[in-house]
Amino acid sequence: MQEVINRAKELLRDGTAARVLGWKTGDLPYNPEPAYFETEESLKDFVYNGFCGANLSKYMIEASKLEGKTVVCLKPCDTYSFNQLIKEHRVDREKAYIIGVGCKGKLDIEKIRAQGIKGIENIEGAGITDETDILKVQTIYGTKEIPYADAVLERCHVCKGKEHMVYDELIGESKDTKDGDRFEEVAKIEQMSPEEKFAYFQSELSKCIRCNACRNVCPACSCRKCVFDSNKFDSSQKANVDSFEEKMFHIIRAFHVAGRCTDCGECSRVCPQGIPLHLFNRKFIKDIDELYGEYQAGEDTETKAPLTNYTFEDAEPSIVGKRG
Amino acid sequence: MQRIGVFVCHCGSNIAATVDVSKVAEMALMEPGVVHAEDYQYMCSEAGQAKIAEAIHEKNLTGIVVCSCSPRMHETTFRNAAERAGLNPYMVEIANIREHCSWIHKDVEEATKKAVILMRAAVAKVNLNTPLKPGESRVTKRALVIGGGIAGIQTALDIADAGYEVDIVEKTPSIGGRMSQLDKTFPTLDCSACILTPKMVEASAHEKINIYTYSEVENVSGFVGDFTVDIRKKARHVDMDKCTGCGVCQEKCPSKKAPSEFNRGLNTRSAIYTPFAQAIPNVPVIDCDNCLKFKTGKCGICAKVCQAGAIDYEQQDEIVTEKYGAIVVATGFDTIKLDKYDEYAYSQSPDVITSLELERVMNAAGPTHGHLERLSDGKAPKEIVFVQCVGSRCADDRGKPYCSKICCMYTAKHAMLIRDKYPDVNVTVFYIDVRTPGKNFDEFYRRAVEQYGVDYIKGQVGKVIPQPDGKLLVQASDLLDNKQILKEADMVVLATAIEPNPDVRKIATMLTASIDTNNFLTEAHAKLRPVESPTAGIFLSGVCQGPKDIPETVAQAGAAAVKAIGLLAKDKLLTNPCTAQADELLCNGCSTCKNVCPYGAITYEEKEVNDHGIREVRRVANVNNALCQGCGACTVACPSGAMDLQGFSNRQIIAEVDAICR
Amino acid sequence: MSIENKEFKPKIVAFCCNWCSYAGADLAGSSRLSYPADVKIIRVPCSCRVNPMFILRAFEKGADGVIMCGCHPGDCHYSTGNYYARRRMTLLFSMLDYIGVENGRTRVEWVSAAEGVKFSDTMNGFVEKIVSLGENVRLGDLRCRK
Repeated sequence: MQEVINRAKELLRDGTAARVLGWKTGDLPYNPEPAYFETEESLKDFVYNGFCGANLSKYMIEASKLEGKTVVCLKPCDTYSFNQLIKEHRVDREKAYIIGVGCKGKLDIEKIRAQGIKGIENIEGAGITDETDILKVQTIYGTKEIPYADAVLERCHVCKGKEHMVYDELIGESKDTKDGDRFEEVAKIEQMSPEEKFAYFQSELSKCIRCNACRNVCPACSCRKCVFDSNKFDSSQKANVDSFEEKMFHIIRAFHVAGRCTDCGECSRVCPQGIPLHLFNRKFIKDIDELYGEYQAGEDTETKAPLTNYTFEDAEPSIVGKRG
Repeated sequence: MQRIGVFVCHCGSNIAATVDVSKVAEMALMEPGVVHAEDYQYMCSEAGQAKIAEAIHEKNLTGIVVCSCSPRMHETTFRNAAERAGLNPYMVEIANIREHCSWIHKDVEEATKKAVILMRAAVAKVNLNTPLKPGESRVTKRALVIGGGIAGIQTALDIADAGYEVDIVEKTPSIGGRMSQLDKTFPTLDCSACILTPKMVEASAHEKINIYTYSEVENVSGFVGDFTVDIRKKARHVDMDKCTGCGVCQEKCPSKKAPSEFNRGLNTRSAIYTPFAQAIPNVPVIDCDNCLKFKTGKCGICAKVCQAGAIDYEQQDEIVTEKYGAIVVATGFDTIKLDKYDEYAYSQSPDVITSLELERVMNAAGPTHGHLERLSDGKAPKEIVFVQCVGSRCADDRGKPYCSKICCMYTAKHAMLIRDKYPDVNVTVFYIDVRTPGKNFDEFYRRAVEQYGVDYIKGQVGKVIPQPDGKLLVQASDLLDNKQILKEADMVVLATAIEPNPDVRKIATMLTASIDTNNFLTEAHAKLRPVESPTAGIFLSGVCQGPKDIPETVAQAGAAAVKAIGLLAKDKLLTNPCTAQADELLCNGCSTCKNVCPYGAITYEEKEVNDHGIREVRRVANVNNALCQGCGACTVACPSGAMDLQGFSNRQIIAEVDAICR
Repeated sequence: MSIENKEFKPKIVAFCCNWCSYAGADLAGSSRLSYPADVKIIRVPCSCRVNPMFILRAFEKGADGVIMCGCHPGDCHYSTGNYYARRRMTLLFSMLDYIGVENGRTRVEWVSAAEGVKFSDTMNGFVEKIVSLGENVRLGDLRCRK
């Protein structure tokens, strides 16, 4: 972490960049939040630890409009989002100085709580340079221990890899955290009967409070004005203006980001209701991979997106029924 | 709020017999925005259109819904009527209550209910319509004719005679097409070459006609009035300007084993060749697959003997790009392959031939120099059997479901010519039906039967069995006498079905012209627009549209020419105003729309926008309305909903959905 | 007559492209090839104009089935529109299937202007399928509030 701070200070000092986009300590030990640092002095609040899950690439849309370059800290998975945003002309590569930061898996406070650990005061071992595989959680009831690997986010179990897709320099080591199959859960749902599927999604989606956190955090949901907030899809005769958007929100959102979603997992991370929203995006990714060839959004900035591409021999929509 | 008038057409009894039209009009008055509704006998009639104009004036209508036949039929009629009455033509919507309702439903209550719903959807849409103004596009005063057979030649001549430039693109080394392979023509028995050759010469000499032979259309872009076409001029390896057409190269060419395409493979030709004596241009091509120079590197005799120094082994294919206002397709036909009709022993005996092969056999320039002889042993045949409908009118997928139309007549011609020249030869024709609708056609057929004694037997041939002595045993049934027939023949001639040239599919795709299940190009209207493709600026000439004989082909070729001339005579065309529009305040500048646009109509520009008081320079999409054809691919690709299609907007379609599901 | 006694009359929305399928429907009409009145056609310039949102909208508004018809692959009036539509619909239908909506409620068929018979056969088959599935209850609310 200190290495990143030192380097950031240098970049501010020598005029390479006008600001640094990173994380600062939040009000609780496990919720650091995205922050801009414009002076060397202010970097004292900079933090980079296991809880810095937030993907900062989307902030670069606004930062691209500011004077001067912005130093942005991106984890390997965040760089996919950044590339995708370059592809969509939403961020300006020239306006970013990317420090590719190492990552050994990001922590999920809910996973820790799920172990029955309550009253958390401090967590040791979450630092990026900490040489330990065990988290020491200090609570008002005493210290509890939990293996780091048991507390990482779902997305880290299916990590896309340690490589940064785009960067100006790299700081810190990354660790392989992948120990699961990305599509395992999707495949499990696919095997269910229509009744089971519906019951599953009904129970999950009925928790939604339409807080829009998923949309706001999603780097693919970068529209200036979201269609759900626009009257363009409305019909004049509709009494209840928002009933349609209400009901179809998650399906439409998933479709809008299909072929563009890098599977960064932020939607599920930020959902206050714990809805596994990534299961929608991943279903599209799985279908795209199976039907049109493997495609990873954000791997580069050139390849045609699957929904703006075609072949004469593409599968017919009836394949859905035939696959069973 | 719009002020909408709803006009319900009876279409005589076509609609009114199944749909309670007055009920539809009555229900219309309950729809939002509707201030006027009436029903009338024939809305499209002058009186009907006058009623629309009257209501527009009296009720100050801002929008109109006509509940009638398909918009593909009369949308233009009603738009024009509205325009004459001072209303923007794009404020008119049609509810199709004939083709999509009265004609397919029997129950009046059910059909009326559906008609009401279709009316509601149209009213809901019109409520959101906005006046649209068509743009203008220029017309390139030059036509392209694809195919240099009699259809293409005639179309080109007619267009050129009207004073417009025409290019003909012909795939083979010479123009002339199928007609050049025919010996005589029915029902007059003119010599085919004698009437075709002057046309070929006229086309090649015409100052407005430019002929690309041995060339193919490689790519087509653009739209009516402004097509851009890439033409591949295949390497002839003979310099067109230097060659004098002396023919010495063909004589001296040592490789003479290539099957002659012109003679349907019945004899061979040299590797450097002109397809036939009257070929235009009279410049040979080198068939690289059979040329020793290309195969082994050794030879070069043609270059040595050519006094003009016209042989060029290094010549490469050349791509020519030209602009055209109109394109006429005249790609013609071929006979079907007979591999699925093994029972006729076509592949087993050289004495079983197709009718087109018989044309070559009977032609003085053909493989037998015009002598009727068996190809197996050169003997004169005594018994000839003609089999009709080989692959035509076929119920299974071995052949074609349609009638090839020309076979009955050319078989009568063949039979007559044989009996005339060789009175000792017996000719038997097995047929399903004899079809002779055409001027002097039935008279011609009757002459074959009555004057020339051709034996017509109604019945199908089941099998042709080659015998050890070289004869052909024909198993057939006589349906009128209800008996089986076994007949020994020396030759069997198969009236093989015709099919569109296999290349037509590729060409149709390039032209975005639609094609039917048999690969014939579809006409814009089966009865009223038979020579136009539904794709504007594309016209159809000859058999590419459906089976035809020569007089019909020539007539249609002229009709296609007239349609093309009508287009070329215009200086400007009105463009479809139903084009895409980007809302620059919603546009993300992501380029997704641009990636799916088939016309390159979308560009991006850095533009200062005023977003509710915030002024900033943004990357926004810009649609070129002259290029946009209004497909709508971009509207769905756009993640932010910034791209919308005028005339088929998101809100309009959703309003229709809502009205239908209400 | 009370509603309960009535046989199930499904609401079916058919999106048809102007150049092929709408013309095919016209041909079915002029050939008097009948299919149930439950099918209501919306004309769009091309199958690529059909936004998946329109389909979801129809279901939300009470449609029991939605079918989209376009030109055969390779025959699109706009060259490539139906290719994009094919991918979009395949993914959408797969997603609907994934959340437990019977996949028979959605269909894509390619119908040319010359295929009046295919159009009516397709609609007859589709209506039969929807009638067998019964009323659409699940798609009314994809957020699945209990």
